[in-house]
Amino acid sequence: MFGFLARRILYMIPTLFLVSIVTFAIIQLPPGDYLDTLAADMGEAGSDNNAAIEALRLQYGLGEPMYVQYGKWMSGILLHGNFGLSFEKNRPVTDLIWDRLGWTFLISLLTLAFIWLTALPIGIYSAVKKYSAGDYIATFFGFIGLAIPNFLLALVMMYVAFRYFGQSVGGLVSPQYLDAPWTWAKFGNLLEHIWMPIFVIGTSGAAALIRIMRANLLDELYRPYVVTARAKGMSEFQLLLRYPVRVALNPFISTIGWILPTLVSGEIIVSVVMNLPTTGPMLLRALLVQDMYLAGSLILIVSVLTVVGTLISDLLLAWIDPRIRYQ
Amino acid sequence: MTQSSTIPLAEDLAEHSPVVLGPWSLVWRKFLRHRLAVISGVIIILIYLIAAFAEFVAPIDIGKTSVRHTFAPPQMIHLFAPGDDGSTVFLPHVKGLKTTIDTEARRRSFEVDESKIIPLGFFVHGFEYKLFGIIESDVHLFGPKNPRDPFYLFGADRLGRDILSRIIVGTRISMSIGLVGVAMSLVIGVLLGGISGYFGGWTDSLIQRFIEFIRSVPTIPLWMGLAAAIPLDWPPLRTYFVVTLIVSMIGWTSLAREVRGKFLSLRNEDFIVAARLDGLSHGEVILKHMVPSFSSHIIASLTLAVPLMILAETSLSFLGIGLQPPIVSWGTLLKEAQNIRSIAQAPWLLIAPGTVIVIAVLTFNFLGDGLRDAADPNAH
Amino acid sequence: MMPLTPMHTDSPEPLLRIRGLKTHFFTADGVVKAVDGVDLDVQQSRTTCILGESGCGKSIMARSILRIVDAPGRIVDGSIIYRAADGRTVDLAAMSPTSKAIREIRGSDISMIFQEPMSSLGPIQKIGKQISETILLHRKMSKAEAKEAAIEMLDRVGIPNPAKRYESYPFELSGGMRQRAMIAMALSCQPRMLIADEPTTALDVTTQAQILDLIADLKEEFDMSVMLITHDLGVVAEVAEDVAVMYMGKVVERGDVYSVFENPKHPYTQALLESVPRIGGVRKARLPAIKGMVPHPLARPSGCSFRTRCERYMPGICDKTEPVLTQEGSSEVACFLYSSELANVR
Repeated sequence: MFGFLARRILYMIPTLFLVSIVTFAIIQLPPGDYLDTLAADMGEAGSDNNAAIEALRLQYGLGEPMYVQYGKWMSGILLHGNFGLSFEKNRPVTDLIWDRLGWTFLISLLTLAFIWLTALPIGIYSAVKKYSAGDYIATFFGFIGLAIPNFLLALVMMYVAFRYFGQSVGGLVSPQYLDAPWTWAKFGNLLEHIWMPIFVIGTSGAAALIRIMRANLLDELYRPYVVTARAKGMSEFQLLLRYPVRVALNPFISTIGWILPTLVSGEIIVSVVMNLPTTGPMLLRALLVQDMYLAGSLILIVSVLTVVGTLISDLLLAWIDPRIRYQ
Repeated sequence: MTQSSTIPLAEDLAEHSPVVLGPWSLVWRKFLRHRLAVISGVIIILIYLIAAFAEFVAPIDIGKTSVRHTFAPPQMIHLFAPGDDGSTVFLPHVKGLKTTIDTEARRRSFEVDESKIIPLGFFVHGFEYKLFGIIESDVHLFGPKNPRDPFYLFGADRLGRDILSRIIVGTRISMSIGLVGVAMSLVIGVLLGGISGYFGGWTDSLIQRFIEFIRSVPTIPLWMGLAAAIPLDWPPLRTYFVVTLIVSMIGWTSLAREVRGKFLSLRNEDFIVAARLDGLSHGEVILKHMVPSFSSHIIASLTLAVPLMILAETSLSFLGIGLQPPIVSWGTLLKEAQNIRSIAQAPWLLIAPGTVIVIAVLTFNFLGDGLRDAADPNAH
Repeated sequence: MMPLTPMHTDSPEPLLRIRGLKTHFFTADGVVKAVDGVDLDVQQSRTTCILGESGCGKSIMARSILRIVDAPGRIVDGSIIYRAADGRTVDLAAMSPTSKAIREIRGSDISMIFQEPMSSLGPIQKIGKQISETILLHRKMSKAEAKEAAIEMLDRVGIPNPAKRYESYPFELSGGMRQRAMIAMALSCQPRMLIADEPTTALDVTTQAQILDLIADLKEEFDMSVMLITHDLGVVAEVAEDVAVMYMGKVVERGDVYSVFENPKHPYTQALLESVPRIGGVRKARLPAIKGMVPHPLARPSGCSFRTRCERYMPGICDKTEPVLTQEGSSEVACFLYSSELANVR
């Protein structure tokens, strides 16, 4: 188990390195460097900040070779936790992002829980009662869930809530609670709001997992070891849960490896539509105004956290399936 | 492909001898049994026909604006109309629209004008177009008999443009992005997956790490980053290809994994070992023995990848960082419905393109599922 | 149906009496009559071998006894009378396959082991757990007692270091060891009958012999009946006391092993026996093979199903009606060659 852990962590390093390279490339993609933009803005404002700009130029190594710029950027992050400056807001990126990241991951993890709690029983039911009415209904909704893009579902739900329930939607809490301190009332208000993004983000994932669980279980249901268990005299329900479901769970759990990234992706796009205080709207805005250090930092941190989440899922999988551990 | 080898038994005694079908006919037979998949296949063909002949199918010029019809609601088609002598005659038509301007809310509201009948017909004359850039015509599949009459089956947008026609024309971009993206994914996926699975060893590890990297990173922020870097002043065609390229980045990893898995399991199969022992080169073994044995799987996976690409394009364009107007795609159409206010005022902005996207994605999923089931030799 | 005379006068009531069993598969292409009218007795404390080519329905017949035939297969006719330890008889064929009654018989009264010991054991559960789980299903025991019993059983089937092996996963064991574990699991509740469905086919030759010996030993020790399904004549000769030969879903010949092997009556049995080399036998240039192949299950010949391959096919007789099992000397055979009405023809 320990060797496995060490190996997985070692595997992560090149991935993280690649993530940082790609992020750096994205930061560099827009033409010109930001200090030019900044200087232009400051020039318009009439202030003379040449010294400050020069200092920034030195700090980011602008104008120097790419690898030097990359080195300075990375070492700033790794050694000082300095993600750079948001040029639009003229504040350090770190001041802006953490609570938004927290919300993103909170919503993503809650969505993950939602997906598993719905997909597992429905998938099992669908496989065991293959071609029953319930299976067809689950399959039908599964396909619908897959076919409706997240943002479209968000729009539809917002429209329905607005049109038929007269509810103002968007955000995680009602406007009056926005700047209020945390109270039970605010928490309750949060619960009233948060289910909608969770449902919207989770639907397609749940639909996919239902199909996966169904297919996995169907693969296992007719295996010889199921016949053995049946020949031992176990009841259908008992043997179902103890044998084929246990085996089918493995590929199911391993889906967490890709489901977490898609949830985070989904969260980002849905939060733009629903106007949630998460990374999505901030990232979109940063990209549109080319506030590249802010955008880059968001991409970097979201990616890194997702990779770590995937690692945790791998460890979970190894804990459940001995065949992986012993490889 | 059908090998009609009968079971060897004394012919005169056999009451009937079942014909042994070749692999492709087996797949085809199993596929036909999947009725939903077959129907979906037909719908997809129709959608692509619409995309190819978009100008002919679209009743109204997509660029034609009308100040008098901003946010005009969808019109209902009526099949029968009262004739001159008071009897009912068959006359497909829509009713005209009466406009009142609400000065207080500063918007138009529409009412159905029961007295005004706008007759519809097939192969009517409308705006002029050049089909495939060559054939000049002004004939349209259907539309109002008088091209000057207002005709908004799916409603109009904020500039009074016909949503239906825009969806039809947008089909071309949205559906072709799926195909072109899948083609790109196919090349990358099969190449890398094949290399990875066939050679194994460090090549395999390297490619697997790379795939893992792509899959472990949330894609939307990455595409957003990449797509946002497309300069706004690029010509539409170039933007289109770059967006397609970005979109195809998602599809190839799952395909590569699948191909690799197949290669790995096939590599040790007896018939592959036998082929290699017979002195066939790597290329021959791959092309003549391995690829045919899982090409049906690849086709199924490709079909399932198309809707992912369509959704990706739509999402990016919706956010305003993929394709930009004036390019008409389903995504850019949905961008009109970005906030709750415009949806509340004109729900058809959301419903019409949304439904079309869902239909396209659903049919592709059904088709892919049917193909995959049919291609799976172990399926019951 | 013909009245049958009991084979063994000393044990008039067989442990298991199968009459007219039909298990059919309702597939999209048509009804596959995998088992189509099997008559068979399994005597108390004897080893009965079911012999037949692949696809003759012997596995499905065995699974029908425990009612573990997967859909779309189901028993459409016939009876499987099981005589319990207290002398009561039950018809297994009439039970619901998911009923509590049949579940109490499975694993406890009648156990089964399978051909592929790898895939027949749960892949991600410990071997020991799978055995003690069986014990706990049928016996009132604490978990610790069940574990002890399981370890004892592992020891009994010749698995070295059983306490350690209790914690092993199937993939950590060799094929032979897995089959031993399967046997330990099947016998953990001291069943009265063991059905072994080609238990040695997937094993290498030396292991095969060991497993067969083990089954024979345990049969004596637990005083149980064994139904051994095989296509291997060598296995039959080694362990069988009674033999039933199956062809296309029917028993075509049955009797004690000496009668059947010394004096095979059905042309199919004769052909099977001739296709095996015998040490000390007359050297022939080439071993004879049965001509042709088993007909497609959906294209059953009319009349006797073996007639398409039979050396002694009698047109006008064999293709008209199906022969039934009749007593002929010390064994029973289903063939018109032995029907008294047709004696003249012969």
